Amino acid sequence: MTNATQKRPLSPHLQIYKLTPTFLMSGFHRVTGAGLYFGAVLIVWWLVAAASGEEYFNWVSWLYGSWFGYFTLFCFSWALIHHLLGGIKHLAWDIGYGFEKQLAVKVAKIQIVSSVVLTVLVWIIGISLS
Amino acid sequence: MADMRSPLAKVRGLGSAKDGTMHFWHSRVTSVAAIPLTIFFLVLGFSLHGASYEEVRATFANPFVSVFALATLLMIIWHMKLGMQVIIEDYIFVERTKWVLLMLNSFFTGVLALLTLFALAKLAFGA
Repeated sequence: MTNATQKRPLSPHLQIYKLTPTFLMSGFHRVTGAGLYFGAVLIVWWLVAAASGEEYFNWVSWLYGSWFGYFTLFCFSWALIHHLLGGIKHLAWDIGYGFEKQLAVKVAKIQIVSSVVLTVLVWIIGISLS
Repeated sequence: MADMRSPLAKVRGLGSAKDGTMHFWHSRVTSVAAIPLTIFFLVLGFSLHGASYEEVRATFANPFVSVFALATLLMIIWHMKLGMQVIIEDYIFVERTKWVLLMLNSFFTGVLALLTLFALAKLAFGA
């Protein structure tokens, strides 16, 4: 197959650029998104278990209540909150706000700190109220 | 407006499928909807922490809970499908592999959506 497009030189990719907070948060947004894609199975599986019967539901509940289950759900919730905050940032960018260099860097730094803090807070509040 | 495509590209039939804007727009609409729905889902999830089988069934028997849970998951699953499609298109350059992965993406998200729909309907109607 002869195709002119296949012989073209490639533009530089990730490895050539300096690692900046905005670059890192861009990567985090994609990686958390991909993680949540597979993590959604956790939610759907739990719903299916609730619809399947008491014995199966109790087994899945036990699994989610184990230390590994809590660890996985904690990571899932962090990814969800991080992706949610990143999504709000992207929506602001979509309508033209927040592109100034200093502001974008500041927002990126705030995002990573606040996603961790929010996740811990959500768990503390969630567990203490339930 | 001048046609930017070369005659060769036209002959080969390559080029835009003309659904990029719709893809982008659906991604945004689902993300906007997912903001309040995700918060609702986090609250629902924590409120069911340690709940028994009977309590969980009773919660999802409430029409508002089951409908909002359905809306949340369908919005998010559609968003997931669109997002993963972009990832596949960005990194996979071997045509055959790309098409297989795009199909698997559709099947995976389709199955998740159907399971969600069935499970929530069963819980809501108390079968």
